[in-house]
Amino acid sequence: MKGRSDRVARWAALSLLVAALSVVAAGCGGDDDGGSSTAIEGLGSSTEEIAELARGEGEVNLVIWPNYAVLTDEFTAATGCTVNTKDGTSSDDMISLMQTGAYDGGSFSGNATVRMMATGDVAPVDTDLISNYADISEGIKGKDYNSLDGQAYGVPHGRGPNYLMFRTDELPEDTDSWAVIWEDDQLAANKGKISIYDDSIFIADAALYLKATQPDLGIEDPYQLTQEQFDAAVALLKKQAPNVGEYWPGDVVKQIGSFTNGDSTVGTTWPYQFLQLQKANVPVAAIKPKEGTTGWSDTWMVSSGAANPNCMYLWMDHMASPEAQAAVAEGFGEAPVNLKACDLTTNPNHCDDFHADDESWWEDVYYWTTPDETCKDDDDETTCVTQADWKAAWTEIRG
Amino acid sequence: MTSVSIGETPPRQGAGRRLSTFLYRHPRVRLWALLGLPFLWLGLVYIGSLLVLLLSAFWTTDSFTSELIHEFTLDNFRRIIETPVYRDVAVRTISMAAAVTVACAVLAFPLAYYMARITSARTRNLLVVAVLMPLWASYLVKAYAWQVILSGQGVINWFLEPLGLTFDGRSNVGLWLVFTYLWLPYMVLPIYAGLERIPSSLLEASADLGGRSLRTFLRVTLPLVFPAVVAGSIFTFSLTLGDYIAPTLIASDQFIGTVIYREYGTALPIAAAYAMVPIAVIVGYLLVARKLKAFESL
Amino acid sequence: MVEPRLTRVLLRLGSAFTLGFLYLPLLVIGLYAFNGQVVQRWPIEEWSTRWFRVAFENDGVRTALKNSVVVGLAATAIALVLGTLASMAIARYRFFGREVVTFAVILPIALPGIITGLALQATIKDVLGPWGVTFGLGTIVVGHATFAVVVVYNNVLARLRRTAGSLDEASADLGADSWQTFRYVMFPQLRTALLAGGLLAFALSFDEIIVTIFTSGAQQTLPIWMYSTLFRPTELPIVNVVALFVILVSIVPVYIAQRLAGSGGITPTRTKQAATDV
Repeated sequence: MKGRSDRVARWAALSLLVAALSVVAAGCGGDDDGGSSTAIEGLGSSTEEIAELARGEGEVNLVIWPNYAVLTDEFTAATGCTVNTKDGTSSDDMISLMQTGAYDGGSFSGNATVRMMATGDVAPVDTDLISNYADISEGIKGKDYNSLDGQAYGVPHGRGPNYLMFRTDELPEDTDSWAVIWEDDQLAANKGKISIYDDSIFIADAALYLKATQPDLGIEDPYQLTQEQFDAAVALLKKQAPNVGEYWPGDVVKQIGSFTNGDSTVGTTWPYQFLQLQKANVPVAAIKPKEGTTGWSDTWMVSSGAANPNCMYLWMDHMASPEAQAAVAEGFGEAPVNLKACDLTTNPNHCDDFHADDESWWEDVYYWTTPDETCKDDDDETTCVTQADWKAAWTEIRG
Repeated sequence: MTSVSIGETPPRQGAGRRLSTFLYRHPRVRLWALLGLPFLWLGLVYIGSLLVLLLSAFWTTDSFTSELIHEFTLDNFRRIIETPVYRDVAVRTISMAAAVTVACAVLAFPLAYYMARITSARTRNLLVVAVLMPLWASYLVKAYAWQVILSGQGVINWFLEPLGLTFDGRSNVGLWLVFTYLWLPYMVLPIYAGLERIPSSLLEASADLGGRSLRTFLRVTLPLVFPAVVAGSIFTFSLTLGDYIAPTLIASDQFIGTVIYREYGTALPIAAAYAMVPIAVIVGYLLVARKLKAFESL
Repeated sequence: MVEPRLTRVLLRLGSAFTLGFLYLPLLVIGLYAFNGQVVQRWPIEEWSTRWFRVAFENDGVRTALKNSVVVGLAATAIALVLGTLASMAIARYRFFGREVVTFAVILPIALPGIITGLALQATIKDVLGPWGVTFGLGTIVVGHATFAVVVVYNNVLARLRRTAGSLDEASADLGADSWQTFRYVMFPQLRTALLAGGLLAFALSFDEIIVTIFTSGAQQTLPIWMYSTLFRPTELPIVNVVALFVILVSIVPVYIAQRLAGSGGITPTRTKQAATDV
């Protein structure tokens, strides 16, 4: 009796293992994805049809940068779509969220859009169905971070620089250079009080500083680096790392808190934190240093598998409207892309302050984008360090 | 014991009765009826997904788009082994977990002993509730509260300032405090249970035989309660080993959890390969704990 | 009592210190619920109850709270069934692979949450996704039930170890079938263990964040809502209010459960143990 039941038990255990492994093997099945589809299932073909279908959908799920979704109550009242948002901490985080298939779209920076367009995770946008699209500055349209093969993939949102922020009661008011976080003597002076963005894209900021201070390295585009240039940037970051008091992982609250309490006195930041600190009367200043800076030009994109594409289209139209553009530009601290918003901002000089119409100011702002092995140039001989290697290096830099 | 009415006897040939008799006569079938469902859940859902994770450790991602590519490679493990940072982070995390476990045990023991052997039954109930209550305060909110407490101008420094001292809370020492705080109830309860299980008669016998209280404690109480301490340590150790939220809020060093969290979105194979480290550590810890009879004290 | 006076005094002091340590941060949370400003400075500069009103009017937290309760109840229900079945099998039977099963059952609660979450997410995304499975409340329940089963299993197993199997046999001798035996003999003995296990499972599910982050879609449970709100500087203070609310609301049920579970509840009592263990 025991022998037989042992055999039965063994057989059962084996079959369970086989079942578990076949579940695993199912995951090894070929990738059937890939290749962008121009038509999203369920999307209406005219603005009227979209508005009607949207009422049926009833909600839109977005992945956004902090505070990017504005005037949501007005939007819901007008369209019947409830807005659910999830804040992303970095572009990698946003890509990962989009891959769960739970979101209809979101606001993405260049280092996410380029990848998602390539994989087909986002779908091209039919700009005729978005009435406010026509008002968006021509200079932002058709860029390599929001279009592919001549097709528009999203609705531009706004752009801004990554500031150098410092407490004016700790650092000299006329600070104008990134040297305060890269040079040895400055690092020692500010040891433990430096606040740095915790993402591999920050390697570009190191490359940018080297572009200005070590021209013999020949860095042109801080995102497309040869191995030698990359190694120099990584070395600079490793030198900086022991002096950094805080790496803020897209958690704006952490950085706001540390500057408020004086735990951090200098670092890289987004305009949003700067605005919040100013409102709380914390003595800070934020500048674009003389070496230039990295920045971002963000785009609203729709997922190719969106469950609520009609609400998403209405949302993209809403965010391109002058009212929403004004609200988010002032709320986050960035330059709107629909210049009609400039008449609606509470601060009448907002567009001037943020250089919305001044292209020359943006010449030394390098928007986030993805490192590409081909270096994105016509020279077939040089190869650049890949995105995967950037990411791997960041873990080593952090220690 | 109150008398229990067993109700009407069901009809001899009723379906339920026949099934029950069948099950009674075939204990193996009964066993599989009992074990089948949980076995399926544990096996397919849990172990199956762990196997998927293990399998992902052998895949790779596209170097540009970060898409998952189902191609077999050992590169991920090679990278984990060859690049020193992964070893450093693992050592740092394991050390932190050990330090937290020790601190929790030290803080928990007096309270557990007091609750188990000194207090009256009524106070004991109140104290158990008092120890359980912090578990109902959200883990996140507690961690954020500690961010305030540990900050340069936070509560701790506010108390230390008149004394001329400063405490850099946003460090691994601060993190150690936070972890100890968060997992303390998980250590108190098993130790309390373990101490409660010791019959007073044993301790009295030891005293009768001439053992002074310290001797009784070392020779009788401690060995008896040790499995419970190990049981509690399983939680404090494993919770610290994999946590990434508290380290991100409080400190700035990398830990196993933070590395895995950073990589899993667009570099799942590396995260999966690195995840094998805490799995191996915990499985090893559990095997030791089982030898020490801690499983009965969970 | 065997312990001398000095020891008792020292123990009292040590316990007070530990309890103080446990409750100080909760006090801080309570204080910050009344912080008038948006930033969390210390010492608190302005006092106000305005966040209570804001929290009350917030729709997100209500939905999240409802989701958390639903998920918790579902996961606990599954856990009660599966955990009881598993512990009955382990406690009363000897079979091939029993040692392995007792070891494997502990894994969901012994392995760090990030491992469980990562494994489940990888499976749902890569394996089940192509078959149409999406992230939602269902996947959250699956994740929670997996570790909740262990909690119930532990509690019921501990109880079963202390009850003699002979009672079941006696019941059968007296003419009861398996269902009657379960209903009239086993279940009353297990009742408080089920209550304790179920309550602990619900508590763990209610506060679970890490596995939930990996297994959720766009829906939010309360911890997910808290986590996302803690990232928003202008809404952060609401979280302190919500946390205070949850703490206060749960005092009574926890106390009642502990009284009911009482002897042999979350933890066993001396007298029952003396007979069987040592």
